[in-house]
Amino acid sequence: MQYVISILLSGISLGGQLALIAIGYTMVYGILRLINFAHGDLFMASGLMMIYISTWAPLYLAIPLVLVLAVVLGFTIERAAYKPLRQAPRMSVMISAIGVSYLLQNTATYITGGQPMTYPSIPFLYDTVNVAGNNVKWAVLLTPVLVIVLVFALTQLINHTKIGMAMRAVAKDFETSQLMGIKINNVISMTFIIGSFLAAVGSVLYFTNYQTVVPTSGAMPGLKSFVAAVFGGIGSIPGAVIGAFLIGICESIVKGLPAAWGLSVFSDAVTFAILIIILVVKPTGLFGERATDKV
Amino acid sequence: MLKIDGLKVNYGGIEAVKGISFEVPDRSIVTLIGANGAGKSTTLRSIVGLVRPAAGNIQLEGEELTGLPTDRIVSKGITLVPEGRRVFPDLTVLENLKIGAYLRNDSLDDDINWVYELFPRLKERSWQAAGTLSGGEQQMLAVGRALMSRPKIMMMDEPSLGLAPIVVRGIFDIIREINRQGVTILLVEQNANMALKIADLGYVLETGRITMSDTGAALLANEKVKEAYLGKGG
Repeated sequence: MQYVISILLSGISLGGQLALIAIGYTMVYGILRLINFAHGDLFMASGLMMIYISTWAPLYLAIPLVLVLAVVLGFTIERAAYKPLRQAPRMSVMISAIGVSYLLQNTATYITGGQPMTYPSIPFLYDTVNVAGNNVKWAVLLTPVLVIVLVFALTQLINHTKIGMAMRAVAKDFETSQLMGIKINNVISMTFIIGSFLAAVGSVLYFTNYQTVVPTSGAMPGLKSFVAAVFGGIGSIPGAVIGAFLIGICESIVKGLPAAWGLSVFSDAVTFAILIIILVVKPTGLFGERATDKV
Repeated sequence: MLKIDGLKVNYGGIEAVKGISFEVPDRSIVTLIGANGAGKSTTLRSIVGLVRPAAGNIQLEGEELTGLPTDRIVSKGITLVPEGRRVFPDLTVLENLKIGAYLRNDSLDDDINWVYELFPRLKERSWQAAGTLSGGEQQMLAVGRALMSRPKIMMMDEPSLGLAPIVVRGIFDIIREINRQGVTILLVEQNANMALKIADLGYVLETGRITMSDTGAALLANEKVKEAYLGKGG
Protein backbone atom coordinates (compact mmCIF):
# COMPACT_ATOMS: atom_id res chain seq x y z
CA MET A 1 0.00 0.00 0.00
CA GLN A 2 2.79 2.34 0.95
CA TYR A 3 4.45 1.49 -2.37
CA VAL A 4 1.26 2.07 -4.34
CA ILE A 5 0.81 5.48 -2.73
CA SER A 6 4.35 6.47 -3.55
CA ILE A 7 3.86 5.46 -7.19
CA LEU A 8 0.61 7.35 -7.43
CA LEU A 9 2.12 10.44 -5.83
CA SER A 10 5.05 10.54 -8.20
CA GLY A 11 2.68 9.91 -11.13
CA ILE A 12 0.40 12.75 -10.13
CA SER A 13 3.35 15.02 -9.63
CA LEU A 14 4.92 14.18 -12.99
CA GLY A 15 1.50 14.55 -14.57
CA GLY A 16 1.08 18.01 -13.08
CA GLN A 17 4.45 19.12 -14.37
CA LEU A 18 3.63 17.82 -17.83
CA ALA A 19 0.25 19.53 -17.62
CA LEU A 20 1.89 22.92 -17.13
CA ILE A 21 3.91 22.39 -20.31
CA ALA A 22 1.02 20.82 -22.22
CA ILE A 23 -1.20 23.88 -21.74
CA GLY A 24 1.31 25.93 -23.71
CA TYR A 25 1.25 23.44 -26.58
CA THR A 26 -2.48 23.22 -26.68
CA MET A 27 -3.17 26.98 -26.43
CA VAL A 28 -0.72 27.85 -29.18
CA TYR A 29 -2.13 25.10 -31.35
CA GLY A 30 -5.65 26.33 -30.62
CA ILE A 31 -4.84 29.77 -31.97
CA LEU A 32 -2.12 29.29 -34.59
CA ARG A 33 -2.63 25.63 -35.52
CA LEU A 34 1.10 25.41 -34.84
CA ILE A 35 2.94 22.76 -32.91
CA ASN A 36 5.44 24.91 -31.13
CA PHE A 37 8.41 22.56 -31.07
CA ALA A 38 10.45 25.15 -29.21
CA HIS A 39 8.15 24.96 -26.19
CA GLY A 40 9.96 22.05 -24.54
CA ASP A 41 13.26 23.84 -25.03
CA LEU A 42 11.88 26.97 -23.46
CA PHE A 43 11.13 24.76 -20.48
CA MET A 44 14.77 23.58 -20.46
CA ALA A 45 15.97 27.18 -20.88
CA SER A 46 13.92 28.19 -17.83
CA GLY A 47 15.76 25.50 -15.87
CA LEU A 48 19.15 26.78 -17.00
CA MET A 49 18.27 30.39 -16.29
CA MET A 50 17.35 29.35 -12.76
CA ILE A 51 20.71 27.66 -12.30
CA TYR A 52 22.66 30.71 -13.44
CA ILE A 53 20.51 33.31 -11.72
CA SER A 54 20.49 31.46 -8.41
CA THR A 55 24.28 31.74 -8.28
CA TRP A 56 23.99 35.47 -7.62
CA ALA A 57 20.42 36.09 -6.56
CA PRO A 58 18.51 34.73 -3.57
CA LEU A 59 15.76 32.31 -4.48
CA TYR A 60 12.91 34.65 -3.60
CA LEU A 61 14.27 36.91 -6.34
CA ALA A 62 15.51 34.23 -8.70
CA ILE A 63 12.19 32.42 -9.08
CA PRO A 64 10.13 35.46 -10.13
CA LEU A 65 12.99 36.62 -12.33
CA VAL A 66 13.07 33.27 -14.12
CA LEU A 67 9.31 33.43 -14.66
CA VAL A 68 9.61 36.91 -16.17
CA LEU A 69 12.57 35.96 -18.38
CA ALA A 70 10.77 32.84 -19.63
CA VAL A 71 7.81 35.01 -20.59
CA VAL A 72 10.10 37.44 -22.39
CA LEU A 73 11.78 34.56 -24.19
CA GLY A 74 8.45 33.05 -25.28
CA PHE A 75 7.20 36.44 -26.46
CA THR A 76 10.42 37.09 -28.39
CA ILE A 77 10.38 33.67 -30.06
CA GLU A 78 6.86 34.33 -31.33
CA ARG A 79 7.64 37.82 -32.61
CA ALA A 80 10.94 36.86 -34.24
CA ALA A 81 10.28 33.39 -35.61
CA TYR A 82 6.53 32.96 -36.10
CA LYS A 83 4.98 36.39 -36.64
CA PRO A 84 6.86 37.13 -39.89
CA LEU A 85 5.43 33.88 -41.26
CA ARG A 86 1.80 34.65 -40.46
CA GLN A 87 0.75 34.47 -44.12
CA ALA A 88 3.07 31.57 -44.95
CA PRO A 89 1.93 27.95 -45.22
CA ARG A 90 1.64 26.23 -41.87
CA MET A 91 4.50 23.88 -42.72
CA SER A 92 6.93 26.81 -42.95
CA VAL A 93 6.04 28.00 -39.46
CA MET A 94 6.55 24.49 -38.16
CA ILE A 95 10.02 24.35 -39.67
CA SER A 96 10.74 27.70 -38.07
CA ALA A 97 9.68 26.18 -34.74
CA ILE A 98 12.04 23.24 -35.21
CA GLY A 99 14.78 25.77 -35.97
CA VAL A 100 14.12 27.69 -32.77
CA SER A 101 14.12 24.42 -30.85
CA TYR A 102 17.62 23.60 -32.09
CA LEU A 103 18.78 27.16 -31.59
CA LEU A 104 17.82 26.97 -27.92
CA GLN A 105 19.44 23.55 -27.46
CA ASN A 106 22.64 24.63 -29.19
CA THR A 107 22.80 27.85 -27.23
CA ALA A 108 22.41 25.82 -24.06
CA THR A 109 25.28 23.55 -25.14
CA TYR A 110 27.39 26.60 -25.92
CA ILE A 111 26.77 28.16 -22.52
CA THR A 112 27.06 25.03 -20.38
CA GLY A 113 29.71 23.34 -22.49
CA GLY A 114 27.33 20.39 -22.64
CA GLN A 115 27.92 19.55 -19.00
CA PRO A 116 24.93 18.50 -16.88
CA MET A 117 24.15 21.38 -14.56
CA THR A 118 22.82 20.92 -11.05
CA TYR A 119 19.56 22.59 -10.26
CA PRO A 120 19.54 24.54 -6.99
CA SER A 121 17.72 22.94 -4.08
CA ILE A 122 14.84 25.21 -3.30
CA PRO A 123 14.55 24.81 0.48
CA PHE A 124 10.82 24.52 0.88
CA LEU A 125 10.13 22.51 -2.29
CA TYR A 126 13.08 20.22 -1.73
CA ASP A 127 12.20 19.40 1.89
CA THR A 128 10.52 16.10 2.45
CA VAL A 129 7.45 15.16 4.39
CA ASN A 130 6.21 11.75 5.47
CA VAL A 131 3.12 10.56 3.62
CA ALA A 132 1.89 7.07 4.58
CA GLY A 133 5.41 5.97 5.31
CA ASN A 134 6.99 7.55 2.22
CA ASN A 135 9.39 10.43 2.28
CA VAL A 136 7.97 12.80 -0.27
CA LYS A 137 9.32 16.13 -1.46
CA TRP A 138 7.03 19.08 -0.97
CA ALA A 139 7.38 19.78 -4.70
CA VAL A 140 5.59 16.51 -5.36
CA LEU A 141 2.68 17.37 -3.09
CA LEU A 142 2.49 20.97 -4.17
CA THR A 143 2.46 20.28 -7.92
CA PRO A 144 -1.14 19.04 -8.31
CA VAL A 145 -2.43 21.81 -6.04
CA LEU A 146 -0.59 24.46 -8.00
CA VAL A 147 -1.77 22.99 -11.30
CA ILE A 148 -5.38 23.09 -10.17
CA VAL A 149 -5.08 26.69 -8.95
CA LEU A 150 -3.37 27.85 -12.15
CA VAL A 151 -5.77 26.00 -14.45
CA PHE A 152 -8.70 27.44 -12.54
CA ALA A 153 -7.28 30.96 -12.90
CA LEU A 154 -6.64 30.35 -16.57
CA THR A 155 -10.18 29.14 -17.30
CA GLN A 156 -11.55 32.20 -15.46
CA LEU A 157 -9.36 34.41 -17.64
CA ILE A 158 -10.46 32.70 -20.83
CA ASN A 159 -14.16 32.52 -20.03
CA HIS A 160 -14.79 35.73 -18.15
CA THR A 161 -12.48 38.47 -19.37
CA LYS A 162 -12.34 40.56 -22.50
CA ILE A 163 -8.92 39.28 -23.55
CA GLY A 164 -10.15 35.74 -22.89
CA MET A 165 -13.13 36.31 -25.14
CA ALA A 166 -10.80 37.69 -27.79
CA MET A 167 -8.62 34.57 -27.49
CA ARG A 168 -11.62 32.34 -28.06
CA ALA A 169 -12.67 34.44 -31.03
CA VAL A 170 -9.23 34.51 -32.62
CA ALA A 171 -8.90 30.75 -32.19
CA LYS A 172 -12.01 30.33 -34.31
CA ASP A 173 -11.66 33.00 -36.98
CA PHE A 174 -8.75 35.41 -37.55
CA GLU A 175 -10.42 37.57 -40.12
CA THR A 176 -13.71 38.13 -38.36
CA SER A 177 -11.81 38.84 -35.14
CA GLN A 178 -9.96 41.58 -36.99
CA LEU A 179 -13.30 42.99 -38.10
CA MET A 180 -14.23 43.31 -34.44
CA GLY A 181 -11.17 45.49 -33.98
CA ILE A 182 -9.14 42.82 -32.20
CA LYS A 183 -5.39 43.10 -32.70
CA ILE A 184 -4.61 39.53 -33.63
CA ASN A 185 -0.91 39.81 -32.85
CA ASN A 186 -1.53 40.99 -29.31
CA VAL A 187 -3.81 38.05 -28.65
CA ILE A 188 -1.25 35.64 -30.07
CA SER A 189 1.48 37.19 -27.93
CA MET A 190 -0.74 36.81 -24.89
CA THR A 191 -1.08 33.12 -25.65
CA PHE A 192 2.69 32.68 -25.79
CA ILE A 193 3.11 34.70 -22.59
CA ILE A 194 0.67 32.48 -20.69
CA GLY A 195 2.16 29.29 -22.14
CA SER A 196 5.72 30.34 -21.30
CA PHE A 197 4.80 31.38 -17.79
CA LEU A 198 3.19 28.01 -17.07
CA ALA A 199 6.13 26.12 -18.59
CA ALA A 200 8.51 28.08 -16.36
CA VAL A 201 6.45 27.22 -13.28
CA GLY A 202 6.55 23.62 -14.46
CA SER A 203 10.32 23.78 -14.82
CA VAL A 204 10.79 24.87 -11.22
CA LEU A 205 8.74 21.91 -10.00
CA TYR A 206 10.19 19.40 -12.46
CA PHE A 207 13.87 20.20 -12.01
CA THR A 208 13.53 20.41 -8.25
CA ASN A 209 12.53 16.78 -8.55
CA TYR A 210 15.08 15.66 -11.17
CA GLN A 211 17.95 17.92 -10.17
CA THR A 212 19.98 18.09 -13.40
CA VAL A 213 19.56 20.15 -16.54
CA VAL A 214 21.21 19.26 -19.84
CA PRO A 215 20.58 20.94 -23.22
CA THR A 216 18.19 18.16 -24.22
CA SER A 217 16.31 18.18 -20.91
CA GLY A 218 13.33 19.78 -22.59
CA ALA A 219 12.99 17.23 -25.35
CA MET A 220 11.39 14.31 -23.50
CA PRO A 221 9.09 16.27 -21.18
CA GLY A 222 8.19 18.44 -24.17
CA LEU A 223 7.35 15.45 -26.30
CA LYS A 224 5.30 13.83 -23.56
CA SER A 225 3.41 17.06 -22.90
CA PHE A 226 2.68 17.30 -26.57
CA VAL A 227 1.41 13.73 -26.47
CA ALA A 228 -0.73 14.70 -23.48
CA ALA A 229 -2.17 17.64 -25.42
CA VAL A 230 -3.03 15.46 -28.43
CA PHE A 231 -4.36 12.77 -26.14
CA GLY A 232 -6.73 15.25 -24.49
CA GLY A 233 -7.75 16.72 -27.83
CA ILE A 234 -5.34 19.40 -28.96
CA GLY A 235 -6.74 22.88 -28.50
CA SER A 236 -8.57 21.88 -25.30
CA ILE A 237 -7.07 23.04 -22.01
CA PRO A 238 -8.93 20.61 -19.71
CA GLY A 239 -8.06 17.88 -22.21
CA ALA A 240 -4.35 18.67 -21.99
CA VAL A 241 -4.42 18.67 -18.18
CA ILE A 242 -6.28 15.38 -17.91
CA GLY A 243 -4.09 13.88 -20.63
CA ALA A 244 -0.96 14.93 -18.75
CA PHE A 245 -2.12 13.42 -15.46
CA LEU A 246 -3.05 10.15 -17.19
CA ILE A 247 0.33 9.92 -18.89
CA GLY A 248 2.19 10.81 -15.70
CA ILE A 249 0.36 8.16 -13.71
CA CYS A 250 0.70 5.47 -16.40
CA GLU A 251 4.39 6.12 -16.74
CA SER A 252 4.84 5.99 -13.01
CA ILE A 253 2.98 2.68 -12.79
CA VAL A 254 5.10 1.09 -15.52
CA LYS A 255 8.26 2.34 -13.82
CA GLY A 256 7.01 0.90 -10.54
CA LEU A 257 6.34 -2.62 -11.84
CA PRO A 258 8.36 -5.32 -10.03
CA ALA A 259 12.01 -4.98 -10.99
CA ALA A 260 12.22 -8.70 -11.74
CA TRP A 261 9.95 -8.23 -14.76
CA GLY A 262 12.41 -5.75 -16.20
CA LEU A 263 9.63 -3.78 -17.85
CA SER A 264 10.32 -0.36 -16.39
CA VAL A 265 12.56 0.54 -19.34
CA PHE A 266 9.42 0.58 -21.46
CA SER A 267 7.89 3.48 -19.56
CA ASP A 268 8.29 5.94 -22.47
CA ALA A 269 7.06 3.45 -25.06
CA VAL A 270 3.96 2.85 -22.98
CA THR A 271 3.15 6.54 -23.12
CA PHE A 272 3.13 6.42 -26.87
CA ALA A 273 1.28 3.11 -27.02
CA ILE A 274 -1.50 4.75 -25.02
CA LEU A 275 -1.59 7.64 -27.45
CA ILE A 276 -1.84 5.35 -30.44
CA ILE A 277 -4.67 3.36 -28.90
CA ILE A 278 -6.60 6.50 -27.97
CA LEU A 279 -6.14 7.98 -31.39
CA VAL A 280 -7.32 4.83 -33.12
CA VAL A 281 -10.47 4.79 -31.02
CA LYS A 282 -11.03 8.54 -30.95
CA PRO A 283 -8.93 10.37 -33.53
CA THR A 284 -9.69 13.81 -32.11
CA GLY A 285 -8.52 12.93 -28.58
CA LEU A 286 -10.55 12.91 -25.39
CA PHE A 287 -12.04 16.41 -25.70
CA GLY A 288 -11.10 17.29 -29.25
CA GLU A 289 -13.62 18.80 -31.58
CA ARG A 290 -13.93 17.78 -35.21
CA ALA A 291 -10.98 16.62 -37.23
CA THR A 292 -7.98 18.90 -36.96
CA ASP A 293 -5.59 19.52 -39.80
CA LYS A 294 -2.73 17.18 -40.38
CA VAL A 295 0.73 18.51 -39.74
CA MET B 1 -19.20 60.60 -46.18
CA LEU B 2 -17.24 57.67 -47.56
CA LYS B 3 -15.30 58.46 -50.68
CA ILE B 4 -13.52 55.89 -52.82
CA ASP B 5 -11.21 57.24 -55.48
CA GLY B 6 -9.42 55.23 -58.15
CA LEU B 7 -9.36 52.07 -56.05
CA LYS B 8 -7.35 49.20 -57.49
CA VAL B 9 -7.00 45.90 -55.67
CA ASN B 10 -5.08 42.81 -56.64
CA TYR B 11 -6.46 39.66 -55.20
CA GLY B 12 -5.16 36.15 -55.72
CA GLY B 13 -2.82 37.28 -58.51
CA ILE B 14 -5.45 39.09 -60.58
CA GLU B 15 -6.58 42.67 -60.61
CA ALA B 16 -9.98 42.17 -59.02
CA VAL B 17 -10.83 45.86 -58.78
CA LYS B 18 -9.59 48.00 -61.63
CA GLY B 19 -9.75 51.60 -60.51
CA ILE B 20 -13.23 52.35 -59.24
CA SER B 21 -14.51 55.59 -57.71
CA PHE B 22 -17.76 56.07 -55.88
CA GLU B 23 -19.25 57.91 -52.95
CA VAL B 24 -21.52 56.95 -50.11
CA PRO B 25 -23.40 60.03 -48.90
CA ASP B 26 -24.16 60.46 -45.21
CA ARG B 27 -27.26 58.56 -44.01
CA SER B 28 -27.88 56.97 -47.38
CA ILE B 29 -28.22 53.38 -48.51
CA VAL B 30 -25.84 52.65 -51.35
CA THR B 31 -25.60 49.33 -53.10
CA LEU B 32 -22.99 47.71 -55.31
CA ILE B 33 -24.55 45.08 -57.52
CA GLY B 34 -22.89 42.75 -59.93
CA ALA B 35 -22.26 39.14 -60.81
CA ASN B 36 -20.05 36.75 -58.92
CA GLY B 37 -16.42 37.80 -59.22
CA ALA B 38 -17.17 41.37 -60.23
CA GLY B 39 -15.06 42.63 -57.32
CA LYS B 40 -17.83 43.61 -54.91
CA SER B 41 -16.54 41.75 -51.87
CA THR B 42 -12.96 42.73 -52.61
CA THR B 43 -14.01 46.37 -52.60
CA LEU B 44 -15.59 46.04 -49.15
CA ARG B 45 -12.64 44.06 -47.83
CA SER B 46 -10.20 46.70 -48.97
CA ILE B 47 -12.26 49.52 -47.43
CA VAL B 48 -12.02 47.85 -44.04
CA GLY B 49 -8.33 47.04 -44.47
CA LEU B 50 -8.49 43.25 -44.77
CA VAL B 51 -6.79 43.49 -48.16
CA ARG B 52 -4.44 46.26 -49.20
CA PRO B 53 -5.36 48.35 -52.20
CA ALA B 54 -2.72 48.52 -54.92
CA ALA B 55 -3.70 52.09 -55.70
CA GLY B 56 -6.36 54.65 -54.87
CA ASN B 57 -7.72 56.43 -51.84
CA ILE B 58 -10.36 55.66 -49.26
CA GLN B 59 -11.58 58.58 -47.20
CA LEU B 60 -14.12 58.75 -44.40
CA GLU B 61 -15.37 62.27 -43.74
CA GLY B 62 -12.24 63.61 -45.39
CA GLU B 63 -9.93 61.44 -43.30
CA GLU B 64 -7.57 59.14 -45.16
CA LEU B 65 -8.07 55.46 -44.30
CA THR B 66 -5.95 53.86 -47.00
CA GLY B 67 -3.34 51.52 -45.54
CA LEU B 68 -4.53 51.69 -41.93
CA PRO B 69 -4.83 48.40 -40.04
CA THR B 70 -8.34 47.01 -39.65
CA ASP B 71 -8.69 47.82 -35.95
CA ARG B 72 -7.96 51.51 -36.64
CA ILE B 73 -10.49 51.61 -39.47
CA VAL B 74 -13.13 49.96 -37.29
CA SER B 75 -12.43 52.49 -34.54
CA LYS B 76 -13.12 55.31 -37.05
CA GLY B 77 -16.67 54.02 -37.48
CA ILE B 78 -16.70 51.53 -40.35
CA THR B 79 -17.90 48.01 -39.81
CA LEU B 80 -18.36 45.06 -42.13
CA VAL B 81 -20.96 42.33 -41.79
CA PRO B 82 -19.01 39.62 -43.58
CA GLU B 83 -20.29 37.29 -46.23
CA GLY B 84 -21.57 34.06 -44.73
CA ARG B 85 -22.28 35.84 -41.40
CA ARG B 86 -19.25 34.42 -39.62
CA VAL B 87 -20.65 34.60 -36.10
CA PHE B 88 -18.38 33.03 -33.48
CA PRO B 89 -20.09 29.65 -33.10
CA ASP B 90 -18.75 28.77 -29.62
CA LEU B 91 -19.48 32.15 -28.10
CA THR B 92 -22.97 32.87 -26.79
CA VAL B 93 -25.24 35.35 -28.53
CA LEU B 94 -24.50 37.90 -25.82
CA GLU B 95 -20.74 37.33 -26.10
CA ASN B 96 -20.94 37.79 -29.85
CA LEU B 97 -22.59 41.16 -29.25
CA LYS B 98 -20.02 42.11 -26.64
CA ILE B 99 -17.12 41.22 -28.90
CA GLY B 100 -18.65 43.49 -31.55
CA ALA B 101 -17.97 46.31 -29.10
CA TYR B 102 -14.41 45.15 -28.47
CA LEU B 103 -12.87 48.58 -29.04
CA ARG B 104 -15.28 50.36 -26.72
CA ASN B 105 -14.73 50.83 -23.03
CA ASP B 106 -18.00 52.48 -22.08
CA SER B 107 -21.20 50.82 -20.92
CA LEU B 108 -22.78 48.50 -23.47
CA ASP B 109 -26.21 48.11 -21.86
CA ASP B 110 -28.01 50.66 -24.04
CA ASP B 111 -26.66 49.21 -27.25
CA ILE B 112 -27.38 45.64 -26.24
CA ASN B 113 -30.96 46.70 -25.50
CA TRP B 114 -31.12 48.49 -28.85
CA VAL B 115 -29.99 45.35 -30.71
CA TYR B 116 -32.44 43.23 -28.71
CA GLU B 117 -35.23 45.67 -29.67
CA LEU B 118 -34.29 45.35 -33.34
CA PHE B 119 -34.03 41.58 -33.05
CA PRO B 120 -36.23 40.28 -30.21
CA ARG B 121 -35.33 36.74 -31.29
CA LEU B 122 -31.72 37.33 -30.21
CA LYS B 123 -32.82 38.33 -26.73
CA GLU B 124 -34.63 35.01 -26.31
CA ARG B 125 -31.43 33.19 -27.31
CA SER B 126 -29.03 35.40 -25.41
CA TRP B 127 -27.31 32.51 -23.59
CA GLN B 128 -27.31 30.09 -26.48
CA ALA B 129 -24.12 29.36 -28.41
CA ALA B 130 -24.30 31.26 -31.70
CA GLY B 131 -23.55 28.08 -33.63
CA THR B 132 -26.96 26.69 -32.64
CA LEU B 133 -28.89 29.53 -34.28
CA SER B 134 -30.64 29.22 -37.64
CA GLY B 135 -29.15 30.95 -40.69
CA GLY B 136 -31.54 33.87 -40.42
CA GLU B 137 -30.85 34.30 -36.72
CA GLN B 138 -27.12 34.18 -37.36
CA GLN B 139 -27.53 36.95 -39.92
CA MET B 140 -29.43 39.00 -37.34
CA LEU B 141 -26.64 38.36 -34.87
CA ALA B 142 -23.98 39.36 -37.39
CA VAL B 143 -25.82 42.64 -37.98
CA GLY B 144 -26.34 43.19 -34.26
CA ARG B 145 -22.68 42.45 -33.58
CA ALA B 146 -21.66 45.03 -36.20
CA LEU B 147 -23.98 47.63 -34.69
CA MET B 148 -22.34 47.17 -31.29
CA SER B 149 -19.31 49.12 -32.50
CA ARG B 150 -21.63 52.14 -33.01
CA PRO B 151 -20.64 52.46 -36.65
CA LYS B 152 -21.14 55.48 -38.87
CA ILE B 153 -21.17 53.17 -41.87
CA MET B 154 -22.26 49.57 -41.85
CA MET B 155 -21.10 47.61 -44.89
CA MET B 156 -22.87 44.36 -45.62
CA ASP B 157 -21.59 41.62 -47.87
CA GLU B 158 -24.38 39.49 -49.35
CA PRO B 159 -26.70 39.48 -46.33
CA SER B 160 -29.35 37.54 -48.26
CA LEU B 161 -27.03 34.66 -49.17
CA GLY B 162 -28.55 31.28 -48.42
CA LEU B 163 -31.61 32.63 -46.64
CA ALA B 164 -35.27 31.93 -47.37
CA PRO B 165 -37.09 34.79 -49.19
CA ILE B 166 -39.25 35.61 -46.19
CA VAL B 167 -36.17 35.85 -43.94
CA VAL B 168 -34.43 38.03 -46.51
CA ARG B 169 -37.39 40.41 -46.52
CA GLY B 170 -37.14 40.67 -42.74
CA ILE B 171 -33.44 41.44 -42.93
CA PHE B 172 -33.97 44.13 -45.55
CA ASP B 173 -36.73 45.73 -43.46
CA ILE B 174 -34.27 45.90 -40.59
CA ILE B 175 -31.56 47.38 -42.80
CA ARG B 176 -33.97 50.16 -43.71
CA GLU B 177 -34.87 50.67 -40.06
CA ILE B 178 -31.21 50.85 -39.02
CA ASN B 179 -30.62 53.40 -41.78
CA ARG B 180 -33.59 55.44 -40.60
CA GLN B 181 -31.93 55.56 -37.17
CA GLY B 182 -28.90 57.25 -38.70
CA VAL B 183 -26.48 54.53 -39.84
CA THR B 184 -25.19 54.85 -43.39
CA ILE B 185 -25.36 51.57 -45.31
CA LEU B 186 -23.13 50.22 -48.06
CA LEU B 187 -24.68 47.02 -49.33
CA VAL B 188 -23.22 44.45 -51.68
CA GLU B 189 -25.75 42.06 -53.15
CA GLN B 190 -26.31 39.53 -55.87
CA ASN B 191 -30.00 39.86 -55.10
CA ALA B 192 -30.10 43.10 -57.09
CA ASN B 193 -33.85 43.40 -56.97
CA MET B 194 -34.04 43.58 -53.18
CA ALA B 195 -30.98 45.78 -52.91
CA LEU B 196 -32.06 48.36 -55.48
CA LYS B 197 -35.50 48.62 -53.93
CA ILE B 198 -34.11 49.98 -50.69
CA ALA B 199 -31.08 51.82 -52.11
CA ASP B 200 -30.82 55.56 -52.64
CA LEU B 201 -27.88 55.02 -54.99
CA GLY B 202 -26.70 51.99 -56.90
CA TYR B 203 -23.52 51.14 -58.73
CA VAL B 204 -23.18 48.26 -61.17
CA LEU B 205 -19.84 46.51 -61.03
CA GLU B 206 -18.61 44.39 -63.95
CA THR B 207 -15.27 42.61 -63.78
CA GLY B 208 -13.71 45.22 -61.55
CA ARG B 209 -15.16 48.34 -63.15
CA ILE B 210 -18.19 50.47 -62.43
CA THR B 211 -20.29 50.42 -65.58
CA MET B 212 -23.43 52.20 -64.41
CA SER B 213 -24.50 54.37 -61.54
CA ASP B 214 -27.83 55.94 -60.78
CA THR B 215 -30.51 56.11 -58.12
CA GLY B 216 -31.81 52.76 -56.95
CA ALA B 217 -35.20 53.36 -58.56
CA ALA B 218 -33.70 54.36 -61.91
CA LEU B 219 -31.46 51.29 -62.03
CA LEU B 220 -34.43 49.13 -61.13
CA ALA B 221 -36.23 50.50 -64.21
CA ASN B 222 -33.17 50.35 -66.48
CA GLU B 223 -33.58 47.83 -69.31
CA LYS B 224 -29.94 46.71 -69.28
CA VAL B 225 -29.98 46.16 -65.54
CA LYS B 226 -33.27 44.33 -65.81
CA GLU B 227 -31.88 42.03 -68.42
CA ALA B 228 -28.55 41.32 -66.76
CA TYR B 229 -29.36 41.28 -63.06
CA LEU B 230 -33.06 41.21 -62.39
CA GLY B 231 -34.18 38.34 -64.60
CA LYS B 232 -37.60 38.02 -66.12
CA GLY B 233 -40.26 40.05 -64.40
CA GLY B 234 -37.68 41.69 -62.08
